[in-house]
Formats: sequence, structure tokens, C-alpha cells
Amino acid sequence: MIHWLEKHMPKLVLTPSFAGVLVFVYGFIGWTAWVSFTKSKLLPKYDLVGTIQYDRLFASPRWETAFENMFIFGGLFIAIAMVLGLLLAILLDQKIRTEGFIRTIYLYPMALSLIVTGTAWKWILNPGLGLQATVQGWGFESFTFDWLVNPDKAIYAVTLAGVWQASGFVMALFLAGLRSVDQEIIKAAQVDGIPTWRIYTSIIMPSMAPIFMSAFIVLAHLAIKSFDLVIALTGGGPGYATDLPATYMYTMAFSRGNVGQAASSAMIMMVVVFAIVVPYLYSELRSKNHG
Amino acid sequence: MKHFMSIAAVAAMTVMAAQTAKAEPQAEVLHWWTSGGEAKSVAVLQQEFASRGGVWTDMPVAGGGGDAAMTALRARVLSGNAPTAVQLKGPSIQEWYEEGVLADISAVAEANGWEDVLPANIAGHMKCEGSWCAAPVNVHRIDWIWANADVLAKNGIAMPATWDEFNAAADKLAAAGITPLAHGGQAWQDATVFEAVALGIGGPEFFQKAFVELDMATLKSSTMVAVFDQMRKMRGYVDADFSGRDWNLATAMVMNGEAAFQIMGDWAKGEFLAAGKRPGIDFLCASTPGEGFLYNVDSFAMFAVDGADKQAGQALLAELIVGQNFQKTFNLNKGSIPARTDVALDDFDPCAHASAQDMAASNYGGSLLPSYAHGMALRGAQAGAITDVVTAHFNSDMSSADAVEMLANAVANSL
Amino acid sequence: MDKTYNSSMKTAQTVILRIGLYVILSVFALYFLMPLFVMVTTSLKHLDEIRSGSLIALPRDITFDAWQIAWSQACTGIKCEGLSPYFWNSVSLAIPAVLLSTFIGALNGYVIAQWRFKGADIIFALMLFGCFIPFQVVLLPMAKLLGIMGLAGSIQGLIFVHVVYGIGFTTLFFRNYYVSISQELTKAAKIDGAGFFRIFWSIFLPLSLPIIVVTVIWQFTQIWNDFLFGVSFSQAGTQPVTVALNNIVNSTTGVKAYNVDMAAAIIAALPTLLVYILAGKYFIRGLTAGSVKG
Repeated sequence: MIHWLEKHMPKLVLTPSFAGVLVFVYGFIGWTAWVSFTKSKLLPKYDLVGTIQYDRLFASPRWETAFENMFIFGGLFIAIAMVLGLLLAILLDQKIRTEGFIRTIYLYPMALSLIVTGTAWKWILNPGLGLQATVQGWGFESFTFDWLVNPDKAIYAVTLAGVWQASGFVMALFLAGLRSVDQEIIKAAQVDGIPTWRIYTSIIMPSMAPIFMSAFIVLAHLAIKSFDLVIALTGGGPGYATDLPATYMYTMAFSRGNVGQAASSAMIMMVVVFAIVVPYLYSELRSKNHG
Repeated sequence: MKHFMSIAAVAAMTVMAAQTAKAEPQAEVLHWWTSGGEAKSVAVLQQEFASRGGVWTDMPVAGGGGDAAMTALRARVLSGNAPTAVQLKGPSIQEWYEEGVLADISAVAEANGWEDVLPANIAGHMKCEGSWCAAPVNVHRIDWIWANADVLAKNGIAMPATWDEFNAAADKLAAAGITPLAHGGQAWQDATVFEAVALGIGGPEFFQKAFVELDMATLKSSTMVAVFDQMRKMRGYVDADFSGRDWNLATAMVMNGEAAFQIMGDWAKGEFLAAGKRPGIDFLCASTPGEGFLYNVDSFAMFAVDGADKQAGQALLAELIVGQNFQKTFNLNKGSIPARTDVALDDFDPCAHASAQDMAASNYGGSLLPSYAHGMALRGAQAGAITDVVTAHFNSDMSSADAVEMLANAVANSL
Repeated sequence: MDKTYNSSMKTAQTVILRIGLYVILSVFALYFLMPLFVMVTTSLKHLDEIRSGSLIALPRDITFDAWQIAWSQACTGIKCEGLSPYFWNSVSLAIPAVLLSTFIGALNGYVIAQWRFKGADIIFALMLFGCFIPFQVVLLPMAKLLGIMGLAGSIQGLIFVHVVYGIGFTTLFFRNYYVSISQELTKAAKIDGAGFFRIFWSIFLPLSLPIIVVTVIWQFTQIWNDFLFGVSFSQAGTQPVTVALNNIVNSTTGVKAYNVDMAAAIIAALPTLLVYILAGKYFIRGLTAGSVKG
């Protein structure tokens, strides 16, 4: 018995977590899938009615906007935060005397929830109150910065605040990566007279490949859950120009009593996440096991 | 004497025992009145409740005009742990009733003669299939237009009585470099202006058909095109930075004289008063051009709960909410008027008096209508579908004809 | 001569580059500090000044009233006790939830990285994908399950929810850390007769301080700042500080006191801010120590 226990201990330890994930992630996804085929209104109902919720979803101009925004926002957010984080990490890795101080400044936004900073961002980005008014006040009358109130550009304003929150964290990841690259190899390269930019592109960056994965996972997680961000900053506006699938789903389920419609939007969103994340995870995990 | 004392003691003990047996009234109250005057107003109710021996557990959840509270409510109901009383309003009361989770408070309503003191329209919202299921707190009027008295006087403008007059006044103000309309570009504020315009241009019958009965022909009518045309004009009267602005910042623009008008429910009055402005002198209030009265009635619904103490709490709470005293104190604080029509309005300001008179008149004339923008006329899915179109039109250069077509489609798709 | 000229050129170039570097770093520092600046200055202003003046300007006359009101007097409903009571709800839910999810993640990571068995990778991938599920999706079914489990509205229920949805990330962190530790170590210990838990307690856990710091910071930030679960699965008396903050800040038809809002926001964020400021150094070290290595 004890022997059996000892032998199977690793599996036994993992079982509760795995069971939890099965129920609370995959079970709930299954539940959502079921509800998306019903006419649930205020509370979930379980009588199947076919694909009517999906038909309506695809006929909705608002969903179309939200769906497009997911790609615009998600793509830009991940790319910019990644590039900016890497850039800041490289700059900060140049033996800066006040590194600890500057690093904390870059990192602190991650500590704040956007419920907290939303109002401040709203003021800063508002042309009449914030940056535009201030710069114009300095005498640059022609300066305009009206992303937040321009329906075609508001999603970029949301991205700006999102990047503000996450890029410091990405910077920390990359900084850690830079610090763990073997210094001997770099020194040897320097002795050989290889230019600094080449050292970065052909020695340091490739060795940090796993960090790109960690950064991607963290950023993708934040992008998908960007909900507070939109609610606090624009409330989905102007109009519904900055609606995202997460806010669309929330609005349908909780302020409009249309749980069925919300479930169908959740399913589409999850399919997209699945299509992007799974191949990525798969290739990363594979290469790591064989690497 | 000694004898008398002991009788008194026995009597007192009997009363106490009876009270314990009756169970102490208990109530957990889910609401979203969390700040300033609103919170103080709810506290009045809590004090009355406590003075009648009740134990009040406060469950405030603010945000999104009740969205967050509704999220919490769904979770609570699904987990079989519904709060005793919940701030609910309009058709969502009946929606929850259909889920079979509301309690019947007809006994309290009949004992206190609610039928006689509430306007019929408002009483209708409080009933589920004939029995009473909610208690009304107040009546907010939505179709108000607020103005800066100085700005109007300086520019020789009177409060507009028609939309043409409003447009003429707005053009004049714009030429003088004043923002004609202070507005915050949030979907619900766009919808607020929209319904005021719709009522003014289309009239009460049109409003009833379009936004209460969802009559397709009316939704697609040329009158609706005219309503969207006026909305396009309104868009030209707001400043460039209106997007996402909170309503109270828009009110501040009127106070400061940066803007002349604001169309907003009567909670805007609280903002003027808090800044020390006087009605009729510093700021003016009037109904928006046109006939009719759009109401937004806050109310509390009682959820079906177990336990004599909680049920006693529900009965007591319902009685107090519709009671004269609470109706008066609460509405003095909140800027609205009492839902019951027999409360003396001596302490109320002129705007509230105007509101009460108009309500009585329009109740009599059949133009007392529920606000669609504030969730009184339609269920969430339909109201939301209309708001999506209104705000999309207002924030783009969509033509009125396209907007009307989109409106009909959106409504059809939401049923 | 030529050579000194060259080297002084080079020094001049380096100096200019360094100055440029500091300028760029400072510009970014300003970008990151801007919202905090707005929040702090607003919280120190009188309400009249906010109403009348520019929102983004230094206070003319500094006052700490707003801070005091936010902490102990602001109304969050009929109770006007400020944020303080809710603060303790958050503490008593965040600490157990962080510790539990970190501990479970450590065990999971240890199993997946060191006791490889068939299917372990698939289990890991499934758990990892769980990190991406949008929380709005799980609210309703979770509410139902919490009701069935008798945890509805309780702090325990909230802890449970946070642990369940935190495990994906904590497992990822520990797995990536432990995977860089040679499996030979485990094998050698096994040959010496050490059991599963023995190896974990006396070999792996002592090695784990850096990654524990990283995980705890991450989890604490996520749980402390959570609003959606907090608002859905709490009842009167168990609401966390984010819900109270929202109650102060988000009045729909009341008069807005922006200075109190901002002070309350900063107070609610203080614990996470402190964690980042105090433990930031260890955070980078922890990440350096291997959490980011594949």
C-alpha cells in the first residue's frame, strides 16, 4: 500500500488541480457552449433552440466592431509592449546608476488596477483637459491629441493605456533575461570586435527565446482580459467604437439580460483565443522538450 | 403602587415576548446608492427601519448605473443566496418575477392603500400579474433642459418651447462662441438626449408606439427620420471634447457659463445646488420642448426568502419605503419628487414643484410616459439594441435613413 | 597625437550617448509617472479648486482632508466608515489565497518538471490554457457551484475561486523554474531512499525562494486588484476593498468628490504599490534566477 502510494504520489498530487481545471475551465466552457444554443435571457435556461444566437451575433454591427477591435488592440498591445519592454530593458542594462529607482517607476503601473487609474487616464487623454490642453497652453497652438474622443482612433488611446500598464512588467522579464545571458560569451564577442548591435541580435536575443514565450503568455492573458481598461477609460465609447469581446459579453449578460447572446460571443472569443494560443504553446512546449 | 409596578413589568415582558416571537425584522438590501446625497437618503430609510426594531444589512454595489449590482444579483440568485430587498426598476422587475424569484408584497400594499396614492402608470410598474412585487421610491423626470440664466440673458435668449426655437438659440450661441449644449458622450447620455428629442418631435403617441410597444411601422416612420435629423443637429451643438465626459462635468460647463444648455434628468439639480447655485436665478429648469413627461422611477423589489425574520423585514421595508416620511426626506435629498401624490411639497424647490404639476397634468392627459433610456420602458435587450444605434449614429456621420433602418433591424434582432 | 584625439572623440561620443540614454529613460519615466502625478495632485486639492480649475495642475493649496475622508469617513453605502473595514476583508482573503495557490503551484510544478509521467505535458498544456479563460464566462456557473458547495457569499468562497483560477499561472512559474534544475538531483535523492515529499521539502523548496517571490508578487497583485469576482461572490460584510473603492468612486447621480476618489484609489492600491517598491529588486532577481528560462 505504502509502496503503491509512493509510486503514484506525483499523479495523486496533480489530480486535484487537474480535476479542478477540468471542471472550472473546461466544464464551464462546455456549459457556456450549451447555453449559447439556448434563448437564455436573465438567467441561464437549458432548452436548445439552435444557432439563433450566433446568427444574431454575426448580424450585429456592434459585435463586428468588438471583434475587429480584439485584433487591433490585441495585436498592437502585445507587439508594442513587447518591443517597448525589450527596448527599456536594453537601455536599463547599460549600467545605469539610478537603475533601481527608474525600474520601480517603470514597473509600478502593474501594481495598480485600472479601476484606479482609469479616471486619471481619462483626464490626461481628454483633449480639453489633459495633454492637448497643456501643450497648447505652452504655446503650441496647433498640437492636437484627440484619440480618446475620435471614434476611429479611440482604440489606440486604449492601447496606449494598456501598454502603459504592461510594458514595465515585460521590461522586468527581459531585464532578467539579459542578466542571465552568459557574460563570458559576450566578453569574448567584444574582444573579437563584433559590434554591439550584432551581439544583441545574434547572441543575446536568441538565447532569450523562452522569455518571449513568458512575455507572450502574460501579455495575451492581459489582452484577453482587458475589460477594466475599456470600462474605466471609455466605457466602450465613443458610441461603441472601443468595445471588445469581453465588454460586449459582459454588457449582454449583465446589463441587458441576454445571457444566450453573451454565451455565443464568449464561444467565438474562446475559439479565436484557442486558434492563436494553442499552436503557439504547442510549438514552444515541443521545442523545449527537445531542446 | 407596588402592585401597579409589577403589573407594568409583566405587561412589558409580555410585549417583549410577543416581539421576540414575531421575529426581529431582518433585511439585506442590495442597492447602488453609495455616495453623497443618495447614501444619506438610504441612511434615512435604515434609521426608520432600525427604530421599528429592524436589523439592516447594507449591501451596496455601485457602478455603471446598476450594472455591477445586477452582476452581483445574478450570482447571488444562482447560488441560492438572494438578498432580501434589491433596487430594481422598470420591466426588469417583471423579468425577475418571471424567473420565479420575487416575493408577493400585496398584503402590505393593500393595508397601506398604495393603489390610492400612486399614479396608475407607476403602480403598474410595481405589479407582477396583478399582485404587488415592488415598492416605488421616487419619480425622476428625464426630459429636463437646464440652462445658465446669465448666458441666456446676455444673449437675449428665452427658454426654448419648440425644437426650432432651440436650434435658433443654439445657432446664436455658437456664433457668440458659447457651446450651446453641454453633453457627455456616454451611451446612456446620448440616449437621454435622444428620447427627449423623440418625445418633443414625435409627441407622446409616437413615443408610446415606438419605445414602449416597439411598433415596427413607427420605428421606420419618417418621424423617426426627423428625430435622427435633429440628433445630427444636436451633435453640431456639442463641443469637440464631449466623448466619455461624465454628466456632472457637463453640468459644470453650464454652471461656469462655458455652455448654455444641458439635457439631463433632475439629478443634475443636485449638482447645481451643491455648487451654491439658485434655481430661477443662477440656473433655469424647464421641460424639453414638446408635450409629455418621461419618468424614471426607482424602486425596491423583494426577493423570495426563507425565514419569518426576513419576511417580516420585507414587509416593514415595503411599508416604510412608500411611507410619507421617507418619500419626503429621500426626495428632498435626491432631487426627484415623491412617487406618492399626497406628500406635501412645501420644502421642495420650484423645479420639483414644476415636475409634480407636470406629472399630475400629463397623468391626466395620458402623456405620462416611461423613459426608455433609463430602463423604464423596455427590457434590457431591446433598450440596449436601440441605444447601440442611437450612440453609433450620434458618434459617426451615419445618415438618418441608415440609422432608422439599423434601428428596425436591431430591435427585430433583439426580440 | 592622433590617438589621443581619437580617444577624446570617443569619450565625447560616449558622454553624448550617455546623456541621450538618460534623456530617453527620463522621458519614459515621465510617461509612466503621469497618471500617478494626476492622482496625487488631485487628492491634495480642495474640491472647489478641482471644480473651477484645470484638472492637471499643481494644487494651489495642499490639504490632506481627502485622504482622511477616504480612509475613515467616505460613504460606501449607508455606512460612512471609509475604506478601512473593507481593507481587512481584502487582507484576509488575499493572504490565504496567495499562499494556497503558490503552494499548490509549487507542488504541481515540481511534479510536472521532475516526476515526468506519460500525459504530464498534456495536463500542463491544459492547465496553461486555463490561464486564458475570460473570467466573465465563469461568473454564472461558478455562482451556482459556490451555492451548491455552501460557500456563496463567504470569504472562503472568494479564496476558493482565486485559488482555482490562480493555479494555472503559479504552476507555469514553478514548472519553468524547476525544469532548469537537473533531474539527476531527484534521481540521486530517490536512490538515497528519499520519498516524494521529502525531496520536495528538503531539496526543492529551499532552492525556490526567488521563484516564490515572483509568484507571490504576481498572485498578490492579481487577487488584490480583482473586482469582478469580488463584486459577484461577496455579500454584505465580505466585500473586498476594490468593491468599496468602486462604491466611493462610481456614483451615478451623486455629486462627485474627485479628491476623495483619487485618495481612495491610492489607498486601495498602496499594498500592491508597496510590494512592488519593496520587493521589486527581488522580483527581478527571482526572474533572473530562472523562472524565465525554458
